[in-house]
Amino acid sequence: MGDLVWIFFSAMVVNNFTLMLFLGLCAFIGVSQRVETALRLGLADIFVLTMTSVCVWALNKFVLTHAPYLRIIAFIVVIASLVQIVEMVIKKTSPALFRALGIYLPLITTNCAVLALAVFQTSRGYGLVEGLVFALGGGLGLMLALVLMASIREATDLSDVPSIARGTALVMLISSGLSLAFMGFAGLMSGE
Amino acid sequence: MTAVSAREDLLKGIWRDNPTLVQTLGMCPTLAVTNSVANCLAMGGATLFVLVGSCVIASLVRKRLPGEVRITAFVLIIATFVTIADMALEALVPTVHKALGAFVALIVVNCIILARQEAFASKNPVGRAFLDAVGMGLGFVVALLMMGVVREVLGYGTLLGVPLFGPRFEPWVIFALPPGGFLTLGLWLLGLAWWADRRTRRTKATVAPAGVRRAA
Repeated sequence: MGDLVWIFFSAMVVNNFTLMLFLGLCAFIGVSQRVETALRLGLADIFVLTMTSVCVWALNKFVLTHAPYLRIIAFIVVIASLVQIVEMVIKKTSPALFRALGIYLPLITTNCAVLALAVFQTSRGYGLVEGLVFALGGGLGLMLALVLMASIREATDLSDVPSIARGTALVMLISSGLSLAFMGFAGLMSGE
Repeated sequence: MTAVSAREDLLKGIWRDNPTLVQTLGMCPTLAVTNSVANCLAMGGATLFVLVGSCVIASLVRKRLPGEVRITAFVLIIATFVTIADMALEALVPTVHKALGAFVALIVVNCIILARQEAFASKNPVGRAFLDAVGMGLGFVVALLMMGVVREVLGYGTLLGVPLFGPRFEPWVIFALPPGGFLTLGLWLLGLAWWADRRTRRTKATVAPAGVRRAA
């Protein structure tokens, strides 16, 4: 139980996917202008990460033990098809949620956080439950970073930023501050 | 293919349309593995190899590939080359492979590669696709080195592992840690935008290169 709590908080804050491990930065830069869209993308991320975790566990257990060299190819194919299936299922069962997620759902395929989750889960030898907890923590961490960033960017819209700093440069400098703040969590778990 | 356009295909990626600094693609590895110059070289080399290989294959099959499965096929081609690069690095330089960790596998989702396949290689003959891929790959290496040199020198006081400042130097550790990555890239982008801005103001009559302005 203690292990699971550790995995959860480690994935969410101590080793935050976006701010500490630099994963999923494209979405972090591209979709962080508004808090509302950031929140929706975060939800979609959590969903896909959890599903991926289950699939990767099954792949590792039943398929890849026989053909370990197919690891990377198998992961990316599974993630791409998974996102496609999730998109179709949500569209059929809950059109409201589908509209809310919009274009961000298909874009998750190219979010490196998802592939990284698969690789980490494999290399650390997580089982089904550990993998799920890891995915949930990582997803929440992604959402946290996105929402924090979007809130700050909404505020900078109204402030007087020099023209050369607008855009990606400003996002990077703000991320640096956020990342510094998240480093403070490293003391939370002395295990790593 | 004239000599001028060939040189243009090769050179545009290195600076003017630099994939990382101007198009802001492939951000994750640019920040994640650049705390030492050795890692930058390994990551840059692996990405260059995957980029060139994938773009050449994508260009070769461009007329036989149905449009609907194009992206899927591109991703499979990339994943194949990444698997080769992963195994080669693991066999040749195990320590570097360990330092790069998951980021070797993550070359698959480096958007630079898919972007070059989709935007250039799938529409142009093999020769041009090859030159374009080499140029873009070198541009990526240049960007990684710009990050890596700053971060290693300030963060560890070394360059390629060789101490620069003698024993009294107190390393500025934050540059080797995640916040330093964001900070270094932010400052580079700021500097480049300032430089482009100044050049525009100096030559008011002419228009600034579209690419460099986009980074601002």
